[in-house]
Amino acid sequence: MSDHTLTCANVYDARPATEVPAESPLAWSYQNTGRPSVSEKSRVVLRERAMLGHLILRGGAIVLDDAVRQVLGLQLPGRPNALSHDESGERSIQWLSPDEWLLIVPGGEEFELEQRLRDALGDARDTAVKNYAIVNVGGGQTLVELEGECVRELLMKSTPYDVHPDAFPVGKGVTTVFAKSNLILRRPTEDRWELVLRRSFADYLYRWLLDAGAEYAIGVEA
Amino acid sequence: MNQSVKQPNRLGEGGRIDRARTLSFTFNGKRYTGHAGDTLASALLANGVDIVNRSFKYSRPRGIVAAGPEEPNALVQLGSTEAAQVPNVRATQQALFDGLTAQSTNGWPNVQRDVMGLVGKLGGRFMPPGFYYKTFMAPASMWMTYEKVIRMGAGLGRSPMVPDPDVYDHLNQHCDLLVVGAGPAGLAAALTAARSGARVILCDEQEEMGGSLLDSRERLNNQPAAQWAEQVLAELAECDNVTLLARTTANGYHDHHFVTLHERRTEHLGETAPVVDGYCPSRSRMHRVRAGQVLLATGAHERPLVYAGNDVPGNLVAGAVSTYIRRYGVVPGTKLVLSTSNDHAYRVALDWHDLGKASGREVVAIVDARQAPDGELVEQARARGIRIITGSAVLEAKGDKRVSGARVATIDAEAFKVTGQAETLACDTIASSGGYSPVIHLASHTGARPTWSDEVLGFVPGLVKGVHAAGSARGIHDLAEGLADGVAMAARALEALGRTAGSIELPQVDALREGAACALYQVPHEKQTLRAPKQFVDLQNDVTAAAIELATREGFESIEHVKRYTAMGFGTDQGKLGNINGMAIAARCLNKTIPEVGTTVFRPNYTPVTFGAIAGRHCRELFDPERYTALHQWHVEQGAEFEDVGQWKRPWYFPQVRAEAANGERESMAEAVARECLAVREKVGILDASTLGKIDIQGPDAREFLNRIYTNKWAKLEVGRARYGLMCRDDGMLMDDGTTSCLGENHFLMTTTTGGAAGVMEWLELWHQTEWPELQVYFTSVTDHWATMTVTGPEARKLLAEITDIDLDRERFKFMDWREGKVADVPARVFRISFTGELAYEINVQANYARHVWKTLFEHGDKYGLTPYGTETMHVLRAEKGFIIVGQDSDGSVTPEDLGMQWAVGYDKPYSWVGKRALSRSDTRRTERKQLVGLKPKDPKVVLEEGAQIVFDPDHAIPMPMVGHVTSSYYSPTLESGFALAVVKGGHRRMGEIVYLPSADGKTHAAEIVGPIFYDSKGERQHV
Amino acid sequence: MFHIYCPYCEELREEEEFHPKGQAHIARPTDPDTCSDEAWGDYLFFRDNPRGIHHELWVHAVGCRKFFNITRNTVSYEILETYKIGEEPRFTAEHPAGKPTEQAAAEAEAVARQEGVKA
Repeated sequence: MSDHTLTCANVYDARPATEVPAESPLAWSYQNTGRPSVSEKSRVVLRERAMLGHLILRGGAIVLDDAVRQVLGLQLPGRPNALSHDESGERSIQWLSPDEWLLIVPGGEEFELEQRLRDALGDARDTAVKNYAIVNVGGGQTLVELEGECVRELLMKSTPYDVHPDAFPVGKGVTTVFAKSNLILRRPTEDRWELVLRRSFADYLYRWLLDAGAEYAIGVEA
Repeated sequence: MNQSVKQPNRLGEGGRIDRARTLSFTFNGKRYTGHAGDTLASALLANGVDIVNRSFKYSRPRGIVAAGPEEPNALVQLGSTEAAQVPNVRATQQALFDGLTAQSTNGWPNVQRDVMGLVGKLGGRFMPPGFYYKTFMAPASMWMTYEKVIRMGAGLGRSPMVPDPDVYDHLNQHCDLLVVGAGPAGLAAALTAARSGARVILCDEQEEMGGSLLDSRERLNNQPAAQWAEQVLAELAECDNVTLLARTTANGYHDHHFVTLHERRTEHLGETAPVVDGYCPSRSRMHRVRAGQVLLATGAHERPLVYAGNDVPGNLVAGAVSTYIRRYGVVPGTKLVLSTSNDHAYRVALDWHDLGKASGREVVAIVDARQAPDGELVEQARARGIRIITGSAVLEAKGDKRVSGARVATIDAEAFKVTGQAETLACDTIASSGGYSPVIHLASHTGARPTWSDEVLGFVPGLVKGVHAAGSARGIHDLAEGLADGVAMAARALEALGRTAGSIELPQVDALREGAACALYQVPHEKQTLRAPKQFVDLQNDVTAAAIELATREGFESIEHVKRYTAMGFGTDQGKLGNINGMAIAARCLNKTIPEVGTTVFRPNYTPVTFGAIAGRHCRELFDPERYTALHQWHVEQGAEFEDVGQWKRPWYFPQVRAEAANGERESMAEAVARECLAVREKVGILDASTLGKIDIQGPDAREFLNRIYTNKWAKLEVGRARYGLMCRDDGMLMDDGTTSCLGENHFLMTTTTGGAAGVMEWLELWHQTEWPELQVYFTSVTDHWATMTVTGPEARKLLAEITDIDLDRERFKFMDWREGKVADVPARVFRISFTGELAYEINVQANYARHVWKTLFEHGDKYGLTPYGTETMHVLRAEKGFIIVGQDSDGSVTPEDLGMQWAVGYDKPYSWVGKRALSRSDTRRTERKQLVGLKPKDPKVVLEEGAQIVFDPDHAIPMPMVGHVTSSYYSPTLESGFALAVVKGGHRRMGEIVYLPSADGKTHAAEIVGPIFYDSKGERQHV
Repeated sequence: MFHIYCPYCEELREEEEFHPKGQAHIARPTDPDTCSDEAWGDYLFFRDNPRGIHHELWVHAVGCRKFFNITRNTVSYEILETYKIGEEPRFTAEHPAGKPTEQAAAEAEAVARQEGVKA
């Protein structure tokens, strides 16, 4: 039995140490549905940011904020539906509920990050631990970026959430209904929107986006 | 004036049509021409087409009556090809395009002469309300046959029989203020709101925005009213905060200011959407609008008068005649008689008269119900020398397929009688006006009751908070007042939004003084209503004044009952023209006032919406989400057949190409399942179990939480161990099951059934958030994060050993242990859990690496006979072992005890866990509860039908007492026999008894009640 | 289609994001084992069906996944307020226009949350 199982929480690096072929949740979709190429006519461009590290953080805001500041140098967003990034823009943290946040970091960082957060939050071997949870969910979701002049209209076709800039400013992210599924919708910058898709629904959502985006000549960056 | 030879009723000039663009179209097989800017209705009138349909019940010839959505007769079937068929389109709302092909909706075999006409003529007088119910009732079994013939004759349009080539979509909209209707009040309101900076949507159902301004005689700021409308629209179009939607009908007003708008985007361009830049835009679009406030500027519908023969082609609503003349340059006849109760309708006579004698048009007379009309329009008519007959009305229209005359006499409206001798005026057109009914449909959808206004002589809308009505929609018909009302009501809405209204200068209106109108609905006839020629109230549903009178005599006193008995205001009509007249008649018969008879309720949709617009993009491949596992591609490549489990696509079985077949023929399902079953029992099989729900549970109180939510005990489950658990609702009934593993002292991984995953997650949160918030624990779904592969069968250990660093020794890695290590170089958690009864390892890896691990297993698996199996084989194998499937062997009325699973119930746990108390209720203690047993058919070749009912005595008279049913039934290739699981009353104490299963084919099967475990009853194989 | 103010997300969301979970404030008997069959049956199966003000439990299923309560008029469908688990409603059958001011002041914040979503 590995050492980890003796501790309060079972933590381990789910990524293989050696080169092993990995597939994003959209791998099948690219093969089966294809990737319409990006052209000058494309008024929406879709780009997957595959294999990023995704961690769910659960716990009280005050406790987590300390740890996140210490480990990431980022403030834990306290306002509902808030999304913030580090200076590089590569690491983000998003409010999902009063005791839940989503951390997205460059692929490969997530295991070390989880360990550092756990260290900062109190020793995981101590049975009188603080009440929190950290869960690696990177295999279960992927991030898709949308850019282009017609993104907003494409989103209006798909989600009942109000995507008007007055209601959805930069730095916001929400979990909401999308077509007949749901996803996390975020707006990291003025021109870019992000969708966090659940793996099992990714193909349906991809086909939906291509269908709804056809009239904008949607293109998918390889 | 010049008149087009081909379009005899088209004026040489005037109107908003483009005479330079001639469009050809086909109606009932005949070709006609019209112009850009026409509706199908205006083009038909221009061509002198009088009869556009046969009526629904009596099959009477019918012509165009109105110019808008209230048109009851001109319902057409559009489409030149099968795929393009659209039923029940109002010709008044269909823009003309080149090549348009339309047919009458009713009137089989044709409108000029049809079969139902015979019924209409023979039985006409004798077709009272309820005619069909009364006449064709017996024998009841024949109704279906009668109905088919009647429907074919009556006609309701038809759906296309082939797929629709067009696409449709939805657009979710949000705004501060939604303004419905772009007439004078709506435009003034939208402009006011737009200038305040609010997010505004303005929609209008017509081809062009402007409403009554487009064909108004009035001048605004000393220019034609339409010009002012154009200026306002131009300003609105420039505003970023304004969305203008023409050809868009607000059809339904739902809760909390959620309004559905149906935009017809390409219906005016062709029968299918044109391809633009290689893409097909949506033909029509449903806007799902969530508004902060809503302003209804929906205008009013003119009420026709109810008189004998008022359905003969050539009878029109007065305002519609003006609209056809002024907007479309079409004059629908030559000699006009106007019958009116108000000044406003005089405009029609003036418009007609002003065409000039040279045009061949003549106003024969204005018949005014009032004794002494005196408004400015009346004076203008007098000045033109038009004959005005006061204190009178048109009693009866003469004519068969077209009006040939009008019988006119003095009447006493109050006493409801004719007082003078009737005079017959020769004419071909009768325009009538009984006043104006505010269009209150949308307000009515909110549930607010309208109120009757004696001043308006109509219902004005009841309004819930946040809804405002302006202009004609609330009975303010005067143009200047209507404009001001639009501004005022917009200001009120803006204030409620916390905004200040922008400044807007109202245009100068050359107002005309109008005299008071009188109340007139049904015109009296010399004969009593029941004996007089038919006086129609609802033209679309063929409801007459006599039918309403009869209904009241038969005891239908509430207007809601009268409606249902007579069909008044039914279907696509929604009572637009007829409801108020019908209520007035009911009120007269019952000697009540209109408000005493009741208010009227309208329901969505205001006008018909195509199924395409309702479905939007949610059709064909996108009808419902399909969830795939990380191994889906492999399954597809292997030719798997799939089964729907919730939204998941799971491999059902993997049919192989028959070795002996030269043509590539594949195995049947039974063959494939038998092969897969034997492979697992004898060698090794592999199942994609990724769809199982997986919930990560962390926190100091995780264990205590499990103790409370599961029926069994969790206090002593060690790290590295897994346990099967049952989850009940608090009524003691099983709701889900699965294994939960202890990953760390405060860390567990719960699995749920595939279909129950989301429900269980919500269930855990419900108890945590509402009952036990003090427990320190968090739940996170990791269903999609992990891919799960079950390797099972006697050879499983040898196969896995080849590609893992985990010690698989049977003593060190026991049944119900889990270990972590590497499988095919990928970090994995491996659980020794078995749902087949064989040695089994469930390998969990992060889903991104699943296909690599799966393929590696196959690279090593050949020599062990590794066989992929699907859900069907999984079902057979688990049923042989008596393992239940929640939702199949249980149905929400089954306790763990009913299943004989007392071993998984912790009766002495300290906390009264969810479901415990219910197990000691009198109902759950009954000895005759249905209990899970095995069934062994007497004939081993028989596979009992799942769901089959069970009886104890096959010779009992029908109905036999049913004592249970089969829940799972398969053929077992291992046992070489059919076998089943079932629930039977008192089954646990009936072992060895014979029960019977009478089946639909007349055969009765006998089966023995046995224990539910059919294979390896000691459970030794999973421990090897 | 309701428009519902989530007291945790602090904004109005579409009904599609929520699941209704039945009557609110159903207390599980504290000691089930000593509770009578009748009392347990009441807790399990009996629910109010008022015409007018009703308190309902909902969950923001596609959102923050938090449970909360709604005070709703079953006739007009107007949502009078939404409030977190553990909080008391301000609008009740006894006080359909809101509880007396003293109490109301303390709870005013909760009420303000559903403003603007009147039926």
